[in-house]
Amino acid sequence: MTELLTAETESRGGADGASRAPAVVLENLGKRFGDGAPVLEDINATVQQGEFVALLGASGCGKSTLLNIISGLDVPSTGALEVPADGAAFMFQDSSLFPWLSARGNVEMALKLRGVGKAERRVRAAELLDLVNLGHSMDKRPHELSGGMRQRVALARSLAQDRPLLLMDEPFAALDAITRDLLHNELERVWRETGRTIIFVTHNVREAVRLGQRVLLLSSRPGRVVAEWAVSDEHRTDPGAAGALTSDITARLRQEIRKHA
Amino acid sequence: MPETVTSPMLKSGTEEEMRSLEAGLDSLQSASSERRGIDWSRVLLPLAAFVVVLLAWQFYVSLGLRRRDLVPGPLDVLGSLGSLWSEGTAQEAVWTSLQRGIMGFAISIVVATPIGLLLSQVRLLRRAFGPLISGLQVLPSVAWVPAAIIWFGLTDATVYFVMFMGAIPSIINGLIAGVDQIPPQYRRVGQILGASRWEMAAHVVLPAALPGYVGGLKQGWAFSWRSLMAAEIIAMGGSLGFGLGSLLEQGRQLSDMGIVMSAILIILFVGILVELVVFAPVEKRLLRGRGLLAGSTR
Repeated sequence: MTELLTAETESRGGADGASRAPAVVLENLGKRFGDGAPVLEDINATVQQGEFVALLGASGCGKSTLLNIISGLDVPSTGALEVPADGAAFMFQDSSLFPWLSARGNVEMALKLRGVGKAERRVRAAELLDLVNLGHSMDKRPHELSGGMRQRVALARSLAQDRPLLLMDEPFAALDAITRDLLHNELERVWRETGRTIIFVTHNVREAVRLGQRVLLLSSRPGRVVAEWAVSDEHRTDPGAAGALTSDITARLRQEIRKHA
Repeated sequence: MPETVTSPMLKSGTEEEMRSLEAGLDSLQSASSERRGIDWSRVLLPLAAFVVVLLAWQFYVSLGLRRRDLVPGPLDVLGSLGSLWSEGTAQEAVWTSLQRGIMGFAISIVVATPIGLLLSQVRLLRRAFGPLISGLQVLPSVAWVPAAIIWFGLTDATVYFVMFMGAIPSIINGLIAGVDQIPPQYRRVGQILGASRWEMAAHVVLPAALPGYVGGLKQGWAFSWRSLMAAEIIAMGGSLGFGLGSLLEQGRQLSDMGIVMSAILIILFVGILVELVVFAPVEKRLLRGRGLLAGSTR
């Protein structure tokens, strides 16, 4: 069982780049709504700059609440957190594009609200849509695009926000398998090209292993980080290694869920 | 423990393969936006319906059940329309009424839009004035005619006042309904993208509420046109110009059914024309641009 490999992960982080500073630090973070049971309790985690972390958990474990707190849409009840001062970009499960704007218009809106000038907006939006291979559909409205294309526009929009931290809340959950595979490749490529720090929330173990450098397992009610795995490139290319890690994590996830039986 | 782990996801395929795969999927999955020419059924079908109604009318009149001067046929009405036209009365009445209608409607928009935005954004104001505005929309604006005559006499002010009382509440209500129906996710996205309060209103709330707002404008126009006709029928003389409502009332006073029917038809046609030329294209454009027209009978 490869659990709580914090030491190993840190040495990996050091190997990748010695000057890395933490992008997100969560200390004893807790959240409860009103007088209800705590949704999150005593969350401790550190995400390095430029790291890709997959946050894994069953439905209803407070993953979305945690992302909302990190993005500043919500505040924690207890504990402290350290996040980039200029906030985070966010990508939702549904693309949440504005239906009255074209793909380009949606990306330009993010730039506009950042105060980018008109001429530069146009150029930059085209570049970002090219980055997600959508240069050919820039002037289409969201309803004319497929689900996968809409998510790519949403990805371009969140990149347009130009924040070092990108939070993703199950962005590929509603897509078909072929499209999802494609978007995994695409996201990985974009991550390497842009050097963003990404926190990717999912309930899909295979997706977490496919994408994350590190997988954090969140327990349910209350949400708490209960296990952590480092994922190497071997886990993404070698079926044996990938299968072993996937079943390892799946077993631990099921064990967490059974506690609520 | 029986573990049935499905095969893991692996990185596979070169960059080039993935790109072409993606391009293939994109063209398979996205809708092709086709452009069509003029759809003649939009012109011919309403015309056909019109002809059917005319024929039914003519048929009823030709049965001779009623006196011809009480129930004139289409041809009789056409005749009196023609004489009203050659005297210039019809043009004068249409011009007067249309001028007032457009003027009153424009002022109503200017007054109602900020009030509607304010009410939809400020909870306190909404709770305080919302019921009153809804009540005013239900209250027939004709009910204001007697009061307006006492306050303003037989002047244009009376006519405009009655129009405002009809149009303004319905435009306000349309805008509020439009804002209420905005999916909360849009505001969340606006917040994430860092929109200030003003930017949120200008770039998110207003465009998102536009279909509801245009619906409100359409209803506002209907209310102001109706109110105008009612006011013109009741209030005649003084410094008031001669509008379509006045023409209708004059027909009644002269017991001339030809004039009465002509006035009614002109009022009806102005209504249809404004709908076809102004509101229908705007609404259609708006809804089609958001993918909301697919499968509708429009």
